[in-house]
Amino acid sequence: MDIKNRILEIVPEAEFSENGSLVAIVPSSNLYTLAKRLKNDEDTSFDYLLSLTGMDFGDSLGVIYHLESTKYGHMIVLQTSTNDKDKPELYSVSDIWKGANINEREAYDFFGIRFINHPDMRRIFLRDDWVGFPLRKDYNDELNPLRMTNEVTEDMTQELTLDKDGTFTNKENIIFDDQEYVINIGPQHPATHGVLRFRTSLQGETIKKIEPYCGYIHRGIEKMCESLTYPQTLALTDRLDYLSCHQSRHALCMCIEKAIGVEIPERVQYIRTIMDELQRIDSHLLFYSCLCMDLGALTAFFYGFRDREKILDIFENTTGGRLIQNYNVIGGVQADLHPNFVKDVKEFSSYMRKILKEYHDIFTGNIIAQQRLKDVGVLSREDAISFGATGGTGRASGWACDTRKRKPYGVYDKVSFKEIVYNEGDSFARYMVRMDEIVESLNIIDQLIDNIPEGEYQVKMKPIIRIPEGKYFASVESSRGEFGVFIDSRGDKSPYRMKFRATGLPLVAAVDTITSGGKIADLIAIGGTLDYIIPEIDR
Amino acid sequence: MKYEDFKDNEYLEKMVTELNASGANVLLGVLDDVINWGRSNSLWPLTFATSCCGIEFMALGAARYDMARFGFEVARASPRQADMIMVCGTITDKMAPVLKRLYDQMADPKYVIAVGGCAVGGGPFTKSYHVVQGVDQILPVDVYIPGCPPRPEAFYYGMMQLQRKVKLEKFFGGVNRKEKKEK
Repeated sequence: MDIKNRILEIVPEAEFSENGSLVAIVPSSNLYTLAKRLKNDEDTSFDYLLSLTGMDFGDSLGVIYHLESTKYGHMIVLQTSTNDKDKPELYSVSDIWKGANINEREAYDFFGIRFINHPDMRRIFLRDDWVGFPLRKDYNDELNPLRMTNEVTEDMTQELTLDKDGTFTNKENIIFDDQEYVINIGPQHPATHGVLRFRTSLQGETIKKIEPYCGYIHRGIEKMCESLTYPQTLALTDRLDYLSCHQSRHALCMCIEKAIGVEIPERVQYIRTIMDELQRIDSHLLFYSCLCMDLGALTAFFYGFRDREKILDIFENTTGGRLIQNYNVIGGVQADLHPNFVKDVKEFSSYMRKILKEYHDIFTGNIIAQQRLKDVGVLSREDAISFGATGGTGRASGWACDTRKRKPYGVYDKVSFKEIVYNEGDSFARYMVRMDEIVESLNIIDQLIDNIPEGEYQVKMKPIIRIPEGKYFASVESSRGEFGVFIDSRGDKSPYRMKFRATGLPLVAAVDTITSGGKIADLIAIGGTLDYIIPEIDR
Repeated sequence: MKYEDFKDNEYLEKMVTELNASGANVLLGVLDDVINWGRSNSLWPLTFATSCCGIEFMALGAARYDMARFGFEVARASPRQADMIMVCGTITDKMAPVLKRLYDQMADPKYVIAVGGCAVGGGPFTKSYHVVQGVDQILPVDVYIPGCPPRPEAFYYGMMQLQRKVKLEKFFGGVNRKEKKEK
């Protein structure tokens, strides 16, 4: 089916640009109708909102939507904009895809775009008293000195509604009313895995509603990238999700390499794939350790960290870094493999397979663990897709969302591995997906490690790289979901706009749906199995 | 580690000269030594981590690096029970008031270690609009540990420097009355 003609059928005014990827430019008044049709029509069914990116085009503000269909696997990019920079207003799609809600709040926070009919138009990352919108090109940072006053949390929120007679009204929505019993969790809390903050409304022990507050580790990486050259931007990706630094950096390198059309040597592809899988095991071991510690199994924490150190040793020999390795570069990798790499990886692989049994003995079969994880925090498949909750969370809900299978990159098309999918959608399924993925990752490594081809480990690149004008998107399967990089280039040596699709943001958005009706004590187990990394959410 | 293997010895020697200049009671001096020996070997850190350095802090607690050997293993989740705060990771504008509040909730004597490039001086994010350029802008820092993230060995070096500092302090009439003195 030709999506281009299909869009023209619905919106005849649509224009198309084909720099990089196919982008449909749609007038803002038609966007909502088009989005709804694209999602609901049987032959298009774009049910997965991959990414929603706020944009400052210079003379106008707008939004770019990356849509994908889980049924057919086809993709489309929509773009819409408004010329009114003082009062930018666009239609919200938050009732079409649930994941749009939090992403539109992000666009409001960074660009000041107000979304009509969005139920909760508040800032999400920055303080409420922040002046201006930082990702706009004309933003003035001097207006925002460091404020040491404690932030006041509002219980009210704004909604811009469009009435039937065509007038706009500001409606006030209540988040928590006076009668509700609200508990604050975080940002300093040992079990939120970082500086995430929840406000939880309780009815006895039962959670009625959860409101996440992000931004306590918002470092402004996307804005910084706009003033860095492409090789410089690589360094920041490692610090986003520090347990998928190889994969995140792989995504950015891939996106840039795709844009400038450079051929990557086979050896590099092998090295990158092996490193990605080692990183995934590393991340899953940390997930296991932390989840067990949150649930009180301290011995399991020591098991996980003991074996994690073995991977870190392998990393350190080759890359020189333990946690943050800065290994991938545009056109290859920073250095060749250590002479002992193959031997070490093989030793680790056979060791890990044996030791995994111990992991299951100490925790998986434990009756307390089972009772605290089984049938707790169920996320349905529809919700997982609607929120865009990829990775282990999505696969535990029965959504086969593995980017390695859907859009193979590296040498994933040359290896055979099983995509782990569970259908229960509860915390235990999320836990088991990750434990099983350790084995699958070991399988991938075993298939590759003996066949690393000889050759160059790097294609020599110029120090200044210019990407031809256009919009580019690449994604990889990071340790916790689909990590995407979107670059809008104007032909300069630094990007005009760079956006990272956070794997954790949909998970945080979904916490309310997953936990409501559950017990407050289960919030910790649910948070542990969702496995989000806060710096990556906040960017 | 041997005394001469440490860097920054001059700083501690200066502290000793200053303390000696005001004179110390024999009895209190000995008592000080005993108390400081105990204090320096049971420094309780607050579990506070915002980003990457926090994972290395967890590695410290695990088997290979085992910070229990130095008396640091009792990581507390409440600032009211902690002796020192290790600021692991980037401090953003939104987090700064929260961190200050945590510090204010800690009981005297209390210490601050800035861990990692971000906490020392902004790290790779110096140009960002939302990052505090070093935690010393909002808290008095005792020890800086550079690195991105620092290796566990570097953590230990910094923590041992703090222990040495604690051992030299005058507990009676000194550090435990910091707040009264300032008034």
